[in-house]
Amino acid sequence: MQLRDIAELLNAALLCGEELLDKDVGTVYASDLMSDVLSQVKGHPLLVTGLCNTQVVRTAEMVDIFCVLFVRGKKPDAHTVELARDGMLCLMATDKTMFEVCGILYENGCDG
Amino acid sequence: MDDAVLSLKYHVSPDDFKTAGEASSDVKNKLKKMGLSPEIVRRVAISMYEGEINMVIHAYGGEISVDIGMEAVTIVLKDKGPGIKDIDKAMEAGYSTASERVRSMGFGAGMGLPNMKKYSDEMKIDTTIGVGTTVTLIIRLC
Repeated sequence: MQLRDIAELLNAALLCGEELLDKDVGTVYASDLMSDVLSQVKGHPLLVTGLCNTQVVRTAEMVDIFCVLFVRGKKPDAHTVELARDGMLCLMATDKTMFEVCGILYENGCDG
Repeated sequence: MDDAVLSLKYHVSPDDFKTAGEASSDVKNKLKKMGLSPEIVRRVAISMYEGEINMVIHAYGGEISVDIGMEAVTIVLKDKGPGIKDIDKAMEAGYSTASERVRSMGFGAGMGLPNMKKYSDEMKIDTTIGVGTTVTLIIRLC
């Protein structure tokens, strides 16, 4: 599924990385714990998280994740968005909970 | 150690979560530009980043040197922190002495050293209580 379809499904706002919206995402990894992201992520999943700080962007960068979706209405500060822009990452934010987001993505064919 | 093609040095500021990861990010970008395989770049980036975060969390910052050679990338993370009391325990997945504040930042799950070991080919820890810790990571290129 393309990032733009995911954004539409989840009613998510795009914070940066518009040029990546045509990219395909097959798998999803959901966690608030960056330690787990660093130890377990394989491939290039969409990262769904309720944690909202610069280290989310840094973690994504290290493991080659190119899109992060913030849940529960969390919005990162300007510095975090700037960091993501520099690293050519796409950031999105939705008011839905992590449970809702995972349910919707699973129902629409995304794998873990 | 083989002759370094490129040697880099970084200072890591203590307790600064905003800039933590800058050194690892810089190394990752340089390795990418040098044309190293994505898997090697990823392993260097993750293991160094875990070390850099550890320095910020536990050790009042420190110095990192990175030597990129023909055969391996060698990362030396040197701090003047409190030292590691029990290395065996620190190597156990899930064991952590991190504060609530660190945990609220998404770290401190007790995976730092295990992850550094997982993503490197060799890891050596020299630690003295009250003096500091030096962690050496080697990631072979072939």
